[in-house]
Amino acid sequence: MADKQPKWKDIPIGGVITEAGNAFQYNTGDWRSERPFVDMEKCIHCLQCWVFCPDASVLVENEKMSGFDYVHCKGCGICAHVCPVNAIEMVPEGEADKVAADQWGIKEKKTASESGKEKPAK
Amino acid sequence: MKTLEMKTLALTGNESGAEAMRQIDPEVVAAYPITPQTELMHKFAEFAADGKVATEMILVESEHSAMSACVGASAAGSRVMTATSSAGLALMWEIVYVAASNRLPIVMPVVNRALSAPINIHCDHADSMGCRDSGWIQLYSEDGQEVYDNIIQAVRIAENDGILLPVMVTFDGFIISHTMARVDVLPDKAVRKFIGERTPLHPLLDVNKPVTYGPLDLQDYYFEHKKQQAEAMRSAGAVIKAVGKEYGELSGREYGFFDEYLTSDADFIILALGSTAGTAKAAADELRSAGEKVGVLKLRVFRPFPAEELAAALAGARAIAVLDRSEGFSGIGGPVFQEVRSALYRRYQIPVSGYVYGLGGRDINVEMIASIYGDLKAGRYHEDKAAHFGVRE
Ligand code: SF4
Ligand code: SF4
Repeated sequence: MADKQPKWKDIPIGGVITEAGNAFQYNTGDWRSERPFVDMEKCIHCLQCWVFCPDASVLVENEKMSGFDYVHCKGCGICAHVCPVNAIEMVPEGEADKVAADQWGIKEKKTASESGKEKPAK
Repeated sequence: MKTLEMKTLALTGNESGAEAMRQIDPEVVAAYPITPQTELMHKFAEFAADGKVATEMILVESEHSAMSACVGASAAGSRVMTATSSAGLALMWEIVYVAASNRLPIVMPVVNRALSAPINIHCDHADSMGCRDSGWIQLYSEDGQEVYDNIIQAVRIAENDGILLPVMVTFDGFIISHTMARVDVLPDKAVRKFIGERTPLHPLLDVNKPVTYGPLDLQDYYFEHKKQQAEAMRSAGAVIKAVGKEYGELSGREYGFFDEYLTSDADFIILALGSTAGTAKAAADELRSAGEKVGVLKLRVFRPFPAEELAAALAGARAIAVLDRSEGFSGIGGPVFQEVRSALYRRYQIPVSGYVYGLGGRDINVEMIASIYGDLKAGRYHEDKAAHFGVRE
């Protein structure tokens, strides 16, 4: 690994970065000790979290909050703190995978039951 | 050799530094006043206020901010200078390293003064010697003329494409800074031509080539950047020599790593920095007229340390005394003493005797230096632990 990296003569002096935007290549997500989860049922899409996130890690699609960029989110919890409806929960990384799996499960169930309810009504 | 028409002025060391700065006309100067540097910046601020320079003067609230402003301005692409002393340099500390590590060719006169505590405004070299590991090139000046000459050369050395390191030009507080002496000054145009324009490598203000200065640099790259700095410092010697030679062609005053005074046949050599070298030369003159074979080696360039050349210059001596105007608190001896011993290691077997002297401005005179030659002649060496010379026992 180390010998594939550029040698001392091959990099710009003084630690200057000459290539714009290369912070994107840096996986800062692995610094995280807590992972944010959003409850889409509570979210009112005010985008406060998007404004305050210091790492541009709140994702937005069609002007709606759509989740997190976990490759770069450092888990600071600011988004959870500023959310006016407490839609974001910070979960310790050790438990986060389980929560993520559960969330998928819950969502699938809810979607099924909701559509189940809707169908007979029509 | 045809040299230029020179103006002869009576200037204090501080005024001499300010005159060099006026001629250099740096784009940005950020400074904070501290004794004994105050008069230098006062004079330069006057030049700025009177429109004699086009410099953007930034008045800051501390030396930490002064060096920070210098770092920003130099990264932006400007030619930048500041000046300080003692506690001011100590307060800059963090950013002194940043300037060198970001490879910014800032030039800074340091008017040497003791560090607190107890508080003392007079000369010793504790301030600049404390900075010896910061990655700055260091030129020590014996008198007002050398202050002027070194500051002008420092611009060329710092901005050399292969070097890009900041340079400190030091001179003794009060002894040089506040003493009036003859200074031969080059025509403004000749100085402008000699220093040329700065062509910055990665100017922050070049919006077409955006760059980032000072990013996080961890285990995988930091060491490579330090290696680059170390190699730049190693290469600086050749550039310092070449610039000193070119300056000699211009002014008639050539500069190298050190100045050898009556050393070629000398049995006993005293090695000193700054104004004490002048006192030592006077002592050597007296002893020479009494038939003693003594000489003086005045070290001008302390960083990079010219080990090989220095060892060769000392090779013929029977014994050497090294005078340090700072303690260093290594328990062994001052920083110059240790470097000289290390330079001689495995090259020559010559006794090196260490003297720490002149702390807090304690005077040293011709008789005292003559007594050091006497010690060398009598074989009284301080080889393992430097003597505290001039202290009341
Ligand atoms: S935890 Fe911090 S870094 Fe992650 S999305 Fe929220 S505000 Fe951004
Ligand atoms: S701050 Fe809360 S409510 Fe607003 S968009 Fe973010 S998660 Fe949704």
